[in-house]
Amino acid sequence: MTLLTVENLKTYFHTDFGLVKAVDGVSYEINEGEIVGIVGESGCGKSVTQLSTLQLITSPPGMIEDGKVIFDGRNLLDYPANGPEMRSIRGGKIAMIFQEPMTSLNPTLSVFQQISEMLSLHLQMDKETQRKRAIELLTQVGIPDAKRRIDDYPHQFSGGMRQRVMIAMALSCNPKLLIADEPTTAVDVTTQAQLLLLMQNLVRQYHTSLIIVTHNLGVVARYAQRIYVMYAGRIVESGSCDDIFNQPKHPYTIGLLKCVPRLDEEEDRRLVPIEGLPPNLINMPPTCAFLPRCPYKIDRCREEPWPALKPVGNQQVACYVDTKLTVQ
Amino acid sequence: MDNTLLEVKNLKMYFPVTRGLLRRKIAEVKAVDNVSFHVKTGETLGLVGETGCGKTTTGRCILRLYRPTAGQIIFEGREISHLKDRQIRLIRRKMPLIFQDPYGSLDPRQSAGSIVGEPIQFHKLVLNKNDLKERVASLFRMVGLDPNMVNRVPHEFSGGQRQRIGIARALACEPSMIVCDEPISALDVSIQSQIINLLEDLQKQFKGLSYIFIAHDLSVVRHISDRVAVMYLGRIVELTESKKLYDNPLHPYTQALISAVPIPDRRVEKQRQQIILKGEVPSPLSPPSGCHFHPRCPIASPECSEIIPALNDVGDGHEVACIKVQ
Ligand SMILES: Nc1ncnc2c1ncn2[C@@H]1O[C@H](COP(=O)(O)OP(=O)(O)OP(=O)(O)O)[C@@H](O)[C@H]1O
Ligand SMILES: Nc1ncnc2c1ncn2[C@@H]1O[C@H](COP(=O)(O)OP(=O)(O)OP(=O)(O)O)[C@@H](O)[C@H]1O
Ligand code: SF4
Ligand SMILES: [Mg+2]
Ligand SMILES: [Mg+2]
Repeated sequence: MTLLTVENLKTYFHTDFGLVKAVDGVSYEINEGEIVGIVGESGCGKSVTQLSTLQLITSPPGMIEDGKVIFDGRNLLDYPANGPEMRSIRGGKIAMIFQEPMTSLNPTLSVFQQISEMLSLHLQMDKETQRKRAIELLTQVGIPDAKRRIDDYPHQFSGGMRQRVMIAMALSCNPKLLIADEPTTAVDVTTQAQLLLLMQNLVRQYHTSLIIVTHNLGVVARYAQRIYVMYAGRIVESGSCDDIFNQPKHPYTIGLLKCVPRLDEEEDRRLVPIEGLPPNLINMPPTCAFLPRCPYKIDRCREEPWPALKPVGNQQVACYVDTKLTVQ
Repeated sequence: MDNTLLEVKNLKMYFPVTRGLLRRKIAEVKAVDNVSFHVKTGETLGLVGETGCGKTTTGRCILRLYRPTAGQIIFEGREISHLKDRQIRLIRRKMPLIFQDPYGSLDPRQSAGSIVGEPIQFHKLVLNKNDLKERVASLFRMVGLDPNMVNRVPHEFSGGQRQRIGIARALACEPSMIVCDEPISALDVSIQSQIINLLEDLQKQFKGLSYIFIAHDLSVVRHISDRVAVMYLGRIVELTESKKLYDNPLHPYTQALISAVPIPDRRVEKQRQQIILKGEVPSPLSPPSGCHFHPRCPIASPECSEIIPALNDVGDGHEVACIKVQ
């Protein structure tokens, strides 16, 4: 069952330097109970995409120009950004975890006060039940001595523990969709493994869907079932992790996999960098944004607009070239 | 061991923790606690470990940016841990440092050319302005930058280009060794590989150039290093060749660290076993007794909280600090 469908989403920033098409016609979906990974380099529009679905874009300069976000049979973009519908969806049916927990935890409220706020907003519960529920949540996310720690303030927790508090808060109202935007970039790798495994288990237990936004292809390979690869505001390739890691088809995906060191590689492996730089998104030309860096480019890429996604085998690929048939 | 370039013996760096107006010392952070290793000419030694384990402090002690609490640092056959500041400056020319963002600490109005040229002038390595200009231009080319960009200022460069300028500056005085402290952590994935390849190429070009490569990303460290030292709370727990580190990790912490790093390959990932450690890295202010790792260690026994395991060679230079691994 499809839980969320995003169709042709466009979010632009109207800046003094020009038009930034941060999200430019993005479509994706996520099924119930599914874990999906969204990968791409810094600035490609991953966060703006997720913030747009929840209408959390600051306007001006940001503007959702077009698109649909279908959730539970309703288009969320029909609702006013600050209306009661969106407020009840955010943190209720759809919860979000950010990279830096301090930006979304309130430093002046204790952990219990914050969870209690969420519970009062979304579920009807008296204080005592709220307290029980909060302790249960903190215990579940692996915070030792939750009964005592529940009245502590965010700064009294270590980085990894704060992320756990964030996860507990996100799960407090039984969301159907959890969006984790670079949830573990700021923590160490052994803590990252703990947190991602925790999320994976919770998602399985409650049949929640999970979108993991990351620049780490390994994280996607380990945890997600399907993957969307973004470049310069668009999705350039999507498919199941089995297919894409086995045979990436878009030149950018191929390039990404060739340029990262992997722990199990042979000695003397030479990395193949992607030449050039990721584009800055101001006043982009209409052609494929990967063109200046693409080793597969043909004349057609220079002459025609950025290609749309089309099916190639089991994957969706936005490219004029059949990379499988091209010898590099 | 006549090709040893650098030898570090029993290095300790303790930082006092003070309180009050009189800055009374109330405790001590043992940021680096009895660390020993060597670096050979032309070799890359990786230092890896989680935040706060003492990687940067180790690097800064070697460059004598800190005066170590104890231990010996022998560089090119000379003990440098007690040298005076003036003498140390000449040594530092031979082992410069590059770090996350080379501009973080520099004047934003200084041009790229003068950043690279500064150490050359300081050490009077050229005779005149023209020689300097030529030398800077050749350094720019060496690191893949257009020499026409010498007059630009920091913010006119991308992160990757800035790191290239940092590398050019480090190469300016014909170093024997470069200490690279998280040189690519701030860069985009696709740019990281450009810098890694550049460092590898330079090492080939300047035969005998050594690196100490510090990072928390084990895949990157393993890729670039010949040997890797894994640190945990101020101590080296395992030191071995890069290949063996993945094929045959012996310390329980290294094993957990390796299992925590995901590999961008679905088929490989499906086969891998994860070791999930209990809890988090304890505070360096009050590290656990005995082996620092014992509260989280899956194979610890009671002696582990009493005995500080020495870093022992278990064969072929594979060193491990664990009483269960002999
Ligand atoms: N308020 C804003 N004003 C102008 N441009 C913006 C604004 N917010 C984001 N952008 C631009 O939109 C683009 C997409 O940004 P976004 O934060 O979604 O990237 P991202 O993929 O999440 O990157 P990262 O991996 O660094 O988090 C970027 O080019 C960014 O510069
Ligand atoms: N100048 C200082 N004064 C006091 N304590 C310090 C100082 N520098 C470092 N420390 C402490 O020493 C320990 C080791 O720090 P260090 O910066 O060497 O770690 P690191 O391995 O480089 O970590 P990271 O991966 O975060 O860079 C930490 O606990 C740190 O707080
Ligand atoms: S010495 Fe003991 S506690 Fe330390 S790592 Fe070895 S087995 Fe674990
Ligand atoms: Mg982002
Ligand atoms: Mg450091």
